Amino acid sequence: MMRSVFNWLFPHPLMTLLLAVVWLILQNDFSYGMAVFGLILGIIIPRAFAAWWPDRPRSFRMGRMIPYVLLVLWDIMVANVQVAWIVLTRRNRNLRPAWVVVPLDLRQPEAITVLAGTITLTPGTVSADISNTGHYLLVHALDAPDPDAVRDDIKSRYEARLKEIFV
Amino acid sequence: MTMQVIGTYAVALFLLIGAFFMLVGAIGLVKLPDPMTRLHAPTKVGTMGIGALLLASVTNSWVFHDGSVHELLIMAFLFVTAPISANFMSKVNIHRRTCETPPEVPEAEVWSTLVERDENGDLIQ
Repeated sequence: MMRSVFNWLFPHPLMTLLLAVVWLILQNDFSYGMAVFGLILGIIIPRAFAAWWPDRPRSFRMGRMIPYVLLVLWDIMVANVQVAWIVLTRRNRNLRPAWVVVPLDLRQPEAITVLAGTITLTPGTVSADISNTGHYLLVHALDAPDPDAVRDDIKSRYEARLKEIFV
Repeated sequence: MTMQVIGTYAVALFLLIGAFFMLVGAIGLVKLPDPMTRLHAPTKVGTMGIGALLLASVTNSWVFHDGSVHELLIMAFLFVTAPISANFMSKVNIHRRTCETPPEVPEAEVWSTLVERDENGDLIQ
């Protein structure tokens, strides 16, 4: 009984928390009134939109998400320097762009979205397309002498970690 | 006093880093040879460029004013939306065949951009 009331009130507990925090940051100022109002928004908005997101991920490990985000932020910084170096020093004819096909073990749309976003934000790769059944991801690499290495890197570095986040 | 001196130099440093990466993004946009590679420079270098500029803004507001955290939100929204626009641009490239044709998908699948359907919504193989 208690549990179903909780589930009805908080269809996405993390979303509730996130909305409250976003509200506080938007205010740029902390007061208890604002915190309570943020929580109210955090309850109303996910409740109102629960019908449009029925297959939400059942489990989401926040504890593993934080090191993942830090890893991605670090990779973004390294990637920026690498891409800047390629843009500034490499001649166009020495550039080896390549398509990379990444077979996916992830099945949840949310997890695949996070993976695709990560790929786009990190070293010289852009996720371009997904196969019609969602089992393969098409990635374009700016400079990949060895496309298979790029694929293995994506799988071991990001996908393996995401599999533990979205169990 | 020293805090303000350090703050000034930190803001200047972040501004320089941000401006440098923005410039590299623009150079890449002009220099790279085809639509798909041209996509790489702005999407990637832009995040770091804007990130550093926002960091300069945060530092400036905390050292010289009351402090502001709005920039965190800007950065978060930017990191969530940048991949989506990049994805849309590459899908347009694939769709209009302005890039190298992507390799075939294994297991008799099709890339979703290249899927063609008849009027009943069934796949045309």
